[in-house]
Amino acid sequence: MTGKDEAELSRLMRAAIAGDERAYADFLHRTAALVRGFVRRKIVHGGVDPEDVVQETLLAIHVKRHTWRQDLAVLPWVYAIARFKLIDAFRRRGRRVEIEIDEIAETFAEPEAETVSERDINRALDGLPPAQRSVVSSVSVEGRSIGETAAKFGISETAVRVSLHRGLAAIAKRFGAKQFGRAKQFKRE
Amino acid sequence: MRTDDLIKALDADARSTAMPLGSAWWLAAGAATVIAAVVFWLTIGPRADIATAMHTMRFLAKFVFTTALAVSAFALIRALSTPSASTGKAAAWMIAAPLLVIIAVVLELLSVPAADWGTRLVGSNMVICLTSIPLIGIGPLAVFIAVLRYGAPTRPVLAGTVAGLLAGGLAATFYAAHCFDDSPLFVATWYTIAIAVLAALGALGARIFVRW
Repeated sequence: MTGKDEAELSRLMRAAIAGDERAYADFLHRTAALVRGFVRRKIVHGGVDPEDVVQETLLAIHVKRHTWRQDLAVLPWVYAIARFKLIDAFRRRGRRVEIEIDEIAETFAEPEAETVSERDINRALDGLPPAQRSVVSSVSVEGRSIGETAAKFGISETAVRVSLHRGLAAIAKRFGAKQFGRAKQFKRE
Repeated sequence: MRTDDLIKALDADARSTAMPLGSAWWLAAGAATVIAAVVFWLTIGPRADIATAMHTMRFLAKFVFTTALAVSAFALIRALSTPSASTGKAAAWMIAAPLLVIIAVVLELLSVPAADWGTRLVGSNMVICLTSIPLIGIGPLAVFIAVLRYGAPTRPVLAGTVAGLLAGGLAATFYAAHCFDDSPLFVATWYTIAIAVLAALGALGARIFVRW
């Protein structure tokens, strides 16, 4: 099953990078489910919301997808990013939780479904410049297409794509920056 | 925002036109070499007797040490900036440059009378060495830190240290063409200190700038 997952996900990711949105959606949904299973298994004492880590991981996968070499397996790459983001999440909350370094990609997680609550990503979204924020909200939460969003705001589709791209990159960066601010706080305490 | 909503946004931004990280590293290596060459020519330049020096073992050995460091650090930093890339083999090759220097030091100690060890170690270019290598290497280091930001190093501080070693190896390769002190005793001492300065700057730079 794992081998089949790997081959399928690699294929979807290659298609996505070439611009196939349907393949990318498929890739992201399946990856989200796997990462969710992985993260939930690792967070046993609470304190960190698994879904926040899932979302951070998806954003990191998105903005760093040029670091995946297409001739390499994609799942170990996904889990390496997920583990980095998980350790980050623990550190940010001042927790020193040991994560078994060795068993990352080898023990593949079971897919799991999302639970709903207040999210870190909303705070990151709120910090965006208004133009980017409204475009990202329109395409995500409000579920509009690029074309519908362009019509709603009276701007070109290219402008929507640029705002979306920059907005997502800025959100991903905010996750990283926030961690630094809090880490300093913890040192002072 | 629910994860499904986030996926809708990521999805609409599917196509990636970003340069693959592997290509970015080669581009960076080229740019860093040009920067180092320009700074080298503008500041110190090659020694006047370089044509005759090229026929001596000690002079040539310096380039073997410095390029060994640069090449092994380049391989390691490429792996360190890619999640899940295996770093073991590249890390093992990092022993090559120090090992070559140690062998050369032993040979030097065997072939030179003990009375001369001190003068050979101290040399006459210590201060120039300690300032020139960091000076030539700082521009390349900035380029490498920028590529680390572009990449996804899961151990940023370690990657930054290796970026410093890479910049150091590159800078020392140029500096070696200027310096008259060819003794392995000099190289092992002062080059090492100068490169360590860049490695420390690299670690610091990565800690501050490489967050993702």
